[in-house]
Amino acid sequence: MRLGYRGQFSFFRQKCRSGSEVARAEKSKLSPAPTPVPAANAPAESAVCDTRLCLRVQNLIFGLMRARDLLHPRPEGLYCPPGDFFIDPVRPVGRALITHGHSDHARAGHGAVLATKETLDIMGLRYGDGFAGSTQAAKLGEKIAINGVSVTFHPAGHVLGSAQIAVAHNGTCIVASGDYKRQADATCAPFEPVACDVFITEATFGLPVFRHPPDSDEIARLLKSVRQFPESAHLVGAYALGKAQRVMRLLREAGFDQPIHIHGALAKLSAYYQSRGIDLGELQPATLEDNTKADFAGAIVIGPPSAFADRWARRFPEPIACFASGWMRIRQRAKQRGVELPLIISDHADWDELTRTIRETGAREVWVTHGREEALVRWCELSGIAARPLHLVGYEDEGD
Amino acid sequence: MKSFAELLDRLVLTPSRNGKLKLMSDYFVATPDPDRGYALAALTGDLSIAAVKPAMLRMLVTERMDPVLFGYSYDYVGDLAETVSLVWPDPPPEKKPNHAPTLGEVVAALQSASRSDGPAVLAKLLDSAGISARYAIIKLVTGGLRIGVSARLAKQALADLGKIEVSAIEEVWHGLEPPYATLFAWLEGKAPPPQSTARALFRSVMLSHPVEDNDLEKLDPADYAAEWKWDGIRVQVVAEGGVRKLYSRTGDEISGAFPDLVEAMAFDGALDGELLVGHPPQHTGTFSDLQQRLNRKSVSPKMRERFPVFVRCYDLLQDGAEDLRALPLLVRRARLESFVGGLDPSRFDVSPIVAFAAWAELDDRRRHPPHPVIEGVMLKRKDSPYLAGRPKGPWFKWKRDPHTVDAVLMYAQRGHGKRSSFYSDYTFGVWAGPEGAEELVPVGKAYFGFTDEELRQIDKYVRDNTVERFGPVRSVRADKRSGLVLEIAFEGLNRSTRHRSGVAMRFPRISRLRWDKPAAEADRIETLQALLDEPGPASAGGQGETETLIS
Repeated sequence: MRLGYRGQFSFFRQKCRSGSEVARAEKSKLSPAPTPVPAANAPAESAVCDTRLCLRVQNLIFGLMRARDLLHPRPEGLYCPPGDFFIDPVRPVGRALITHGHSDHARAGHGAVLATKETLDIMGLRYGDGFAGSTQAAKLGEKIAINGVSVTFHPAGHVLGSAQIAVAHNGTCIVASGDYKRQADATCAPFEPVACDVFITEATFGLPVFRHPPDSDEIARLLKSVRQFPESAHLVGAYALGKAQRVMRLLREAGFDQPIHIHGALAKLSAYYQSRGIDLGELQPATLEDNTKADFAGAIVIGPPSAFADRWARRFPEPIACFASGWMRIRQRAKQRGVELPLIISDHADWDELTRTIRETGAREVWVTHGREEALVRWCELSGIAARPLHLVGYEDEGD
Repeated sequence: MKSFAELLDRLVLTPSRNGKLKLMSDYFVATPDPDRGYALAALTGDLSIAAVKPAMLRMLVTERMDPVLFGYSYDYVGDLAETVSLVWPDPPPEKKPNHAPTLGEVVAALQSASRSDGPAVLAKLLDSAGISARYAIIKLVTGGLRIGVSARLAKQALADLGKIEVSAIEEVWHGLEPPYATLFAWLEGKAPPPQSTARALFRSVMLSHPVEDNDLEKLDPADYAAEWKWDGIRVQVVAEGGVRKLYSRTGDEISGAFPDLVEAMAFDGALDGELLVGHPPQHTGTFSDLQQRLNRKSVSPKMRERFPVFVRCYDLLQDGAEDLRALPLLVRRARLESFVGGLDPSRFDVSPIVAFAAWAELDDRRRHPPHPVIEGVMLKRKDSPYLAGRPKGPWFKWKRDPHTVDAVLMYAQRGHGKRSSFYSDYTFGVWAGPEGAEELVPVGKAYFGFTDEELRQIDKYVRDNTVERFGPVRSVRADKRSGLVLEIAFEGLNRSTRHRSGVAMRFPRISRLRWDKPAAEADRIETLQALLDEPGPASAGGQGETETLIS
């Protein structure tokens, strides 16, 4: 533990404000309260109990311990003892805060769920109306108190409704990012850096080899192939929530105005995106009832990746297997899956985005979860930022 | 550079031959000279660039980034060229060249770099390129694109572009140099065919069709001459004005691996024949023996002594200045006999004519050839000129029936392209081990020989009887009580130190599905081992074995 943290007290002033607020504060050289004020619910023991006071001071100095007391992993998921809630728990719990609707983060069966309206809607679509005992919609940027712990949702740019959750208590602020990306995405609100003491980052693509190209380049390659092989159907594997709709939107932005054929598993979520004002153009079910095999020549068909290895895919002529995923950066991955046209389109931050984001949050400590923790921890060490892997179980890479 | 990089990326993942041809010919149309010419040379393996060693590449990158992070990255990706292309840090904006180099500029820079400044030149190129262009540059300097495109396929794409036969490309090919501007001008109809002053060029080979049912009924045996079909590799031996070249039947030059033969090419002319190992005419080695000499860069004196090569000649295409190809076969044959009579008999002999009066007689000889290195007979019209390509009618091949074995399906893998939703690649095994404790050992893999309907049936069987999955591979229930028996046809067996069963099949394919046969009654490994031990003039060496063939 480094005593140097004492020198960073001034940092507490800025924590838990969104990037734009930080920028504004810096511009006007505002200087908020110079020292951290003990939180309201701190016992007013003063001199009454020396040892407790000592502990309190120690806690202020050794912020690390405090942070661990505020959020730490349990088998069910990330737990906040003072607030008595979990973030993205993988097992049913009493109170859950959910960052986004991917099934490994958003599960059914919790007592109370707090999430953005879109995330709640998506959970409803996936699990049915009774997916939780009670639900509460969190507005982005709005402070919500849970057992004295302040909780704020900020956009994460991952999929529609995705949010980071800032948890603040007794002068310490931790941001759990859930999954996030920095590339622009017309289907969801952009990520907003939030100043904090501890930043919990995902590391799905936490290796320097993962560098996502601009998504418009990838869509251009797809459209070029469609022109080059007009007798083929291009089958694009894309996860049902987020990626599929982003690919549809990118195709529209690139000027593709033919109907897009979709697998049944995408229908509900795509309709939901459309209802939220995201224009995906004309979507048609990729069924044979009204179509013959030849009708799919020159078509773009989007479905969940697993469907293309299935007998379902046999209805398409001269199929060309495409897969929209950050994993497609690695040729061997594409080869193993039998992908002919890999499209490197990811809803997770790549290496450059991860490192840039860590710097932008100004966090003095970084906790790295689900992914390749070791490389990102190493980078933090080289950059003079304390970091440790946070071993959370049960998260897959559904979003990619 | 970007479009070349994109071409490589697409080619490596495109399984279909037509798809690859389309990608290449589209690229050649859309790309200007000289870039397309250098790309062609890279694809055919004719681009010479001083190689950069992997250690040098690693040094360049770890000078620019944390070696620990590089280590994590390399461990994850597993391919050095790909790792370096991905992790190479972009130089600061003020140092970044404002011009991304073209393929032509990359090749020029690399070819003019001296040994000492090579690494610096490479680093500068990598600084100026994007990720996929970096990968292509590294592939060029580390040698070997390995993208599943043969020189022959690249030439086929050129033929498609010019709407001509690939044989026409092969005939001019060896007189040309990168970046092939005259070739592209000709293909685009802007110039006459390139004229070459180069010597000992390749002539397109004449190929045959297999004898199909009823083919022979319509033919008069008196019109045809028969000769043995030897099981070696078809070659063309050309010597002109002191230049000596040995070509494979697709026009790849393979002289380098056979200095012993090249030494004996003291003639002016072009011969068509079969490359074999042994001491003619008494001793002809097996295909396994020949394999000891294939795909080698250099040959030790010991190998040359143990596996001497010779050519068993079929035809004479050129005699001094005279082109014989338009003459009838029998006339060429007479000229061949006298021509070869003047050559070193330990390196050249003539494939004998097989006398026959009726098809039934020839059929019998085909089934019972006098020598194990014979794989059937060739039928050639006596009046046929030597034509490029595979004309239907003048020449037929009539092969010995294949060997067959009953094996049990063990693993199935999903196919590619059209077959990506089908389990279409099958690994099969035969029984081995003591009685009562038999287990299956894999002996080969096959992915054709069945009809579309049979494919659907096997696919269903695989899905219904999966016991384990490993990515795209499924392990299928296969024991004494249940399992699918496949009758496998194959052309021959080689000893293998690479496979647990100790054998490797040549050209295995599925000839029948034996739904009726219990798995317990499939063949045992001893059946295959007996085939290996069949009397042959020499047994396979087993050391330094290569299983890829020049074809």
